[in-house]
Amino acid sequence: MINILPQVLVDGLTLGFMYAVVALGYTMVYGILEIINFAHGDIFMVGAFIGTEVLLISDALGALEGMNPFVALFITLIIAMVLTGALGVGIERVAYRPLRGAPRLVPLISAIGVSFLLQDLVRFTEALARNEFYLNSPALFTGSIPLGSIATIPTKGLIVIVIAIVMMIALTLFVNKTKWGIAMRAVAQDQSTASLMTINVNKVIMLTFLIGSSLGGATGVLFAQNYGTIDPYIGFILGLKAFTAAVLGGIGNLRGAMIGGVLLGLLESLSGAFMGPLTNGAFGAEYKDVFAFSILILVLLFKPEGLFGEAVKEKV
Amino acid sequence: MANLAWKSFKGIPLVFTLIWIVAFSAALYLMDKSVIAFLGILSSIVLVYYTNASKTIKMVIGAVVLLLIIPLVAGENRYYMEVASQVGIYVAMALGLNIVVGFAGLLDLGYVAFFAAGAYAYAIFSTSQANEFIAGNLFPLSGEWFWPFLIVGLIVAAIFGILLGLPVLRVKGDYLAIVTLGFGEIIRIVFNNLDKPINITNGPQGITPIPSPELFGIKMGTPFYFYFIVLFVIAFIVLANIRFEHSRLGRAWIAVREDELAAQSMGISLLNTKLAAFALGASFAGVVGVIFAAKQTFIDPTSFTLMESIGILVMVILGGSGSIPGVVLGAAFVTILQVQLLKEFSNFLHGLQNAGIISLPNQLDPSKFQRLIFGIMLILVALYRPNGLIPAKRKKNDLDAIKNSEFGKEKLGILGRLSQLTSGKQS
Repeated sequence: MINILPQVLVDGLTLGFMYAVVALGYTMVYGILEIINFAHGDIFMVGAFIGTEVLLISDALGALEGMNPFVALFITLIIAMVLTGALGVGIERVAYRPLRGAPRLVPLISAIGVSFLLQDLVRFTEALARNEFYLNSPALFTGSIPLGSIATIPTKGLIVIVIAIVMMIALTLFVNKTKWGIAMRAVAQDQSTASLMTINVNKVIMLTFLIGSSLGGATGVLFAQNYGTIDPYIGFILGLKAFTAAVLGGIGNLRGAMIGGVLLGLLESLSGAFMGPLTNGAFGAEYKDVFAFSILILVLLFKPEGLFGEAVKEKV
Repeated sequence: MANLAWKSFKGIPLVFTLIWIVAFSAALYLMDKSVIAFLGILSSIVLVYYTNASKTIKMVIGAVVLLLIIPLVAGENRYYMEVASQVGIYVAMALGLNIVVGFAGLLDLGYVAFFAAGAYAYAIFSTSQANEFIAGNLFPLSGEWFWPFLIVGLIVAAIFGILLGLPVLRVKGDYLAIVTLGFGEIIRIVFNNLDKPINITNGPQGITPIPSPELFGIKMGTPFYFYFIVLFVIAFIVLANIRFEHSRLGRAWIAVREDELAAQSMGISLLNTKLAAFALGASFAGVVGVIFAAKQTFIDPTSFTLMESIGILVMVILGGSGSIPGVVLGAAFVTILQVQLLKEFSNFLHGLQNAGIISLPNQLDPSKFQRLIFGIMLILVALYRPNGLIPAKRKKNDLDAIKNSEFGKEKLGILGRLSQLTSGKQS
């Protein structure tokens, strides 16, 4: 049992970094607008489809032949990020902005609507174009690196982790060092005061959606590379788990989302591998989703501010 | 101007409603399998609601349509009764969810879990499934047990509701939505995997054959009988909805929905009030679950997915959360759209395809567009009609009537002085 541990940890880290980047999107939007962007998981899914389509089309045109896989991945990531970023901004404009100031449940309802709409739209277009909606992504990286004799790290997993870390560092630098990042933090703290300080709140919110959605879209591309097969429904459960990660780390807190994501990925991977043997097969890997949701519920009950968030007292 | 015209609109004349009902029932009787005629009959209920007549007359007409005309005219046709009883099942569920979402304002995305609890309660004990974990070979039970199991399903689901509600209801708002969603998924996964270590739910294979209800030796397995069973349950749930809405508890729900802090400071116990809403909504879903299991004769975890929860939520929100006629309309509309209109449309397209006019890939079959349609509906309702098709009416207390009533003379307190002041100013 112990000899599979390194492999389980490596898989858990790969999954965890993906959760972490998607969780950033949830946490940024929640930090500023205090709404759960239910459609974020589906933006991730759209990103996965855009990336796969870009690779499939350029493969069919013969453009991938002889191209450095890193360059190909970079171009794919850029295309997917631009398109999903635009999608996120569009969703904010159409489905959330008119509802600012409405009771809190109303934007949530329209967000659920957007999520369902995206799932079927993707299914619809894929069915029209390819007559099936399960896509197999062409693999850019096939090798693997042996880690001593105990585990092998597939190159694609390593690339997922590296790109995720790069994106997190870039986001942290952006939020902390640039003018727009400071504006973002100001709006998150107090919208009306920020607008008095000549910050264009609408623009900042659009920027938040742009960044969050493009990060989600990029993760989609990485997901397709890592797991190979995608379908229009991958975003929902993954989005839910990324949200769990954001809550675990403390929603609204960027560092919390990153650590929460990695933690959740590791926990899920470990429980999937060891729950079966530990309970003599009574509860196997099929309960790993139950495990993730139980974490969400436990955190919300006992430490609703999360591991790194600040407890907020409700004021009358 | 348009608003004014709407306000002066007193309702549809009674004669028109009656002509509508007669015409469509004749049409349905004479033309076999006319979808439009059937929809016309069903929509006459909406017409009755808007008719300009006294409440008693409207209720009598509605009862005649539901109890006599539909079974008499469409009863021969198994398919129509099937659709009608399915509409009924969803109406009943939506009315249950209406208590949770509409009255108490708790967005529950895992409602279908309670439906599953009721359905499994009946399914497990009415088939030989229960022998797997209870010794003595006592099962299966006969169809006569369906009736007591309506109560058992109610109690089981209510217990589920309280057990889930106790931890879940501490969180609020949009967090509650996510947590209930998580719980709904947990219950589905558990039901899906509870064939080991002890085989309780038979896992993904599902449970069959669930016996049909029996009464005095009559087997009630056809949609014709289920139509009446469902109608009876709906009547019960509607009555409960109305009675609760204006009770002390109902007013507490509305207070909690509007402002938790203010409600709490007026002495309302948040947890108890919310728990009551959760348990009541759950128990209605449990009863409907028992009927569903008996009607389908087969259940498995795929009937209890998140899609179902969202579908019921769409019904409540589209119709108007908190509004009983609205929820009934929303549920009927969404169900008919799903089970009939989309199917008819896709049959129509298939017809065109067979005639060689268009070519339709299998994936684009309109009957698979549930998510798209639900999504668009949710967005449009949220943006343009957040109160639904028939918004809930707030009960208005007529101050003048209270002032002029003989009981109110000395009890008005500050209100009485206030009215004296204002009337003094006017004169």
